[in-house]
Amino acid sequence: MQKSDNIIRVEHVSKYFGEKAALDDVTLYVRKGEFVTLLGPSGCGKTTLLRLIAGFQSATEGVITISGQVITETPPHKRPVNTVFQKYALFPHLNVFNNIAFGLKLKKLPAATIAKKVKQALKMVGMTDYEYRDVDSLSGGQQQRVAIARAIVNEPEVLLLDEPLAALDLKMRKDMQLELKEMHKSLGITFVYVTHDQEEALTLSDTIAVMSEGRIQQIGTPVDIYNEPINSFVADFIGESNILNGTMVKDHLVHFAGQTFECVDEGFGEDVPVDVVVRPEDIYIFELSDAAILQGIVTSSVFKGVHYEMMVQTPNGYEFMVHDYHTFEVGQEVGLRVKPADIHVMKKERITNTFEGKWIDPTHVEFLGTTFECKEMQGIEPGTKVTVEVDFNRVVLEDNEEDGILTGDVKFILYKGNHYHLTVFTDWNEDIFVDTQDVWDDGDRVGISIAPEYIRVIK
Amino acid sequence: MMTKYLAKGYLWLLLILLYSPILIIMIFSFTEAKVLGNWTGFSTKLYTSLFSGGVRHSLVSALWNTFTIAMIAATVSTLLGTMAAIGIYNLRTRTRQAVGFVNSIPMLNPDIITGVSLFLLFISLGISQGFVTVVLAHITFCTPYVVLSVMPRLKYMNQNVYEAALDLGATPFQALRKVILPEIRPGMISGFILAFTLSIDDFAVTIFTIGNEGLETLSTYIYADARKGGLTPELRPLSTIIFVTVLVLLIIINKRAEKANANKRT
Repeated sequence: MQKSDNIIRVEHVSKYFGEKAALDDVTLYVRKGEFVTLLGPSGCGKTTLLRLIAGFQSATEGVITISGQVITETPPHKRPVNTVFQKYALFPHLNVFNNIAFGLKLKKLPAATIAKKVKQALKMVGMTDYEYRDVDSLSGGQQQRVAIARAIVNEPEVLLLDEPLAALDLKMRKDMQLELKEMHKSLGITFVYVTHDQEEALTLSDTIAVMSEGRIQQIGTPVDIYNEPINSFVADFIGESNILNGTMVKDHLVHFAGQTFECVDEGFGEDVPVDVVVRPEDIYIFELSDAAILQGIVTSSVFKGVHYEMMVQTPNGYEFMVHDYHTFEVGQEVGLRVKPADIHVMKKERITNTFEGKWIDPTHVEFLGTTFECKEMQGIEPGTKVTVEVDFNRVVLEDNEEDGILTGDVKFILYKGNHYHLTVFTDWNEDIFVDTQDVWDDGDRVGISIAPEYIRVIK
Repeated sequence: MMTKYLAKGYLWLLLILLYSPILIIMIFSFTEAKVLGNWTGFSTKLYTSLFSGGVRHSLVSALWNTFTIAMIAATVSTLLGTMAAIGIYNLRTRTRQAVGFVNSIPMLNPDIITGVSLFLLFISLGISQGFVTVVLAHITFCTPYVVLSVMPRLKYMNQNVYEAALDLGATPFQALRKVILPEIRPGMISGFILAFTLSIDDFAVTIFTIGNEGLETLSTYIYADARKGGLTPELRPLSTIIFVTVLVLLIIINKRAEKANANKRT
C-alpha cells in the first residue's frame, strides 16, 4: 500500500473514557476514493473511531492525518470532512433548502451559487422539488437523503457515515444501499461507513475493518473477510458459520468432530489446538452413502427463501448448520462432506484462562480481585506474584449471583458445534472464558465459581 | 345518563367557584358604589377616574412600576437562565443532577424566606433598597424557573444537531446562535412568560426588598391600601382591565399555536 495514496491515516490511536478503553491502539489507512466500512457489534468502538475522525472527540493517544495534515487536535468545523448521522440530525427549524445550504452560507458563497449547488445536491439524492418542504414532513428515507445532500453539497474530501440506514425499514435500506454505492462511484470521494450490519458491509465496501472491543480484528476486502476470517470472532460475526474446536494433526490434515479431514492450511505445527470454520453453504449434504465423511441426522429444516437451513446432529454429539437448495426431512440420516479448500483453520487466540495472581497462603491464591481456595502448595512466599491457569470447561456459571465467588456479565457467546464458548466480563473488569453445555443469553448476570482442584498455580 | 349529568354539574360548579370572584369584580367595576356589593346603577366613572385625577399617580404608577420591574426581571432571567440551562445540560450526569437539585431549591423555598434573606443580604452589603434591589430580587427567584422550562427543550433536541452544525463548518458560537437557540426558543419564551407573571404576582419578596422610599408595586400598593381601611374602588376596573388583557393574550397565543400545528401537518 502506497503511503501517499492514503487520504486518512489513523496511527496508534487510543481513546479512554475514564479507565475504559473505547479504542485500543488502532491503526487504519484509507486510500483516496475508497469505500471503507467499520463493522462490529455495538460498543466495539467503531462509532468512537468515526467521531475521532470527524473531530467530535479527541484521541487520548495517537495521530490522525487527513490529506497529509495532522488533524488530531483540529476542531470539527476546520476539518475537510462531513458527516451523515444515524438520526439524520437535520435542523428542524429550517426547510430542506436551508438545511442543505447551511454549510454553503457559512462559507459566504453568493446566493446564486448556493441555489445552484443545492439544486444539484437534491438531484443527486433524487429529491428535486423538495426545496421548500418542512423537514418534519418528510419520511425517514427522505430525511436521510436530505442529510446526505447537506453533507455532499460541501464537496468534502471524506464523507463519514454513522449507521445512516439503521433507522430505515428493510426495503428502504436495500434501495438506499444501492444508491449510496452509485453515489460513491459518481462523486469519487472517500466514504468511511460505520455499521453493525455485516450484510450491508459486504454489499457496499471496498474494504472492511472488523472491530471488536476497541481493536481492529481484521482488515480486508469483503471476499477476504468472508472466506478467510482471521479468528473465531470475525468468522462468527460475518455470515453464518460452523465454528469447532479442532487439532491440526500436521500440515494439510486437521482433526475435528471426531474425524480427520484433509485441508489446505499449513504451518501451524503438529498436534496444535485450532479453531475450524466451515461455512454452512460449503457443506455438501446427501443421502447417506460411502462418500460421506460425516454422518448425522437432520434435526430441523427451515426454508429461507432461496435455500433451506438444516441442522444436522452427528452421533458423537456435534451439530452442523447446512445450507442447501434441497431439503431433507427431519429425522432422515444424511451424509456430509466438505472440500479441503472450504475448511478454514485459525490459530486459537487462547487455549486456557490465564490470570496474574498473588499467593496468599498455602491453600489460597488471589486473582480477579477475589481470593480463591486452591490445592495445597508449599514453598511459596505469601505475597509472591504467580500465574494462574483455569481451563475453560472448569469454570462454573451459576444462575444465582450469590452462589458464585465473583460475578460478571455474559458478553459474547460462540457456539462450537457441541458446546458454547462464553466470554464473561467480570466485575474486576477482566474477561474469563467459559466452555459450557448450558444455554445462556447475552447480558445474563452470572455468579462464577471454580473448584480448588482446577486452579493451576504457576510460580 | 345520571352520571353524565353529575359529571357535567360538577364541572360547572367548579368553573363557577373558580371564576365567580373575578366575575363579581368585573360586574361591580361598572358601578360607582364605594363598597363592593352595592349596585348603584351602571356607570363607567371608575374607569375614567382611574386614568385621571388624584388616583392616577398612585395606582397607575404602581401598575407601571410592576410592569417595568417584570419586564426587566423577565428579560434578564431569561438570558441568565438559558445560559445556565445550556451549561448545566453539558455537565456530566452526576454533576448535572447535583446542579439541577441546587436549582430547584429556590423554587421550593418559601417566598418569605427568600425575601427575608435577600433583605438581610442587601442590608449587610449596605445597598439602599429601592427599584434596583426589587429587580435583583425578582431576577434571583425567576431564573430557576427559566432554567426549568429551557431544560426539556435541550433534552428533546436531537443530540447530533449541534455536532452537525460544527461538522458543516460552523464555529461553536455560530452553532449556538443558528441551531441551538432556534431549537430552544419555545422554552425560552415560556420561561420568559413564566418569569413575567411570577414577577407581577410577587408580594412576599417585593415587600422585603422595596425599601421605604415610596416605591410601590401593585401588590404592595393594594396591601398598604387595604391596611389603611378599604380598597380603592378603582381597583375593580384595574383588575378587570388586567384580566381582559391576559385573556385576550391567551386566546391569541392559543390560536397561533393551533395554526402552527395545522401548518406542520400539511
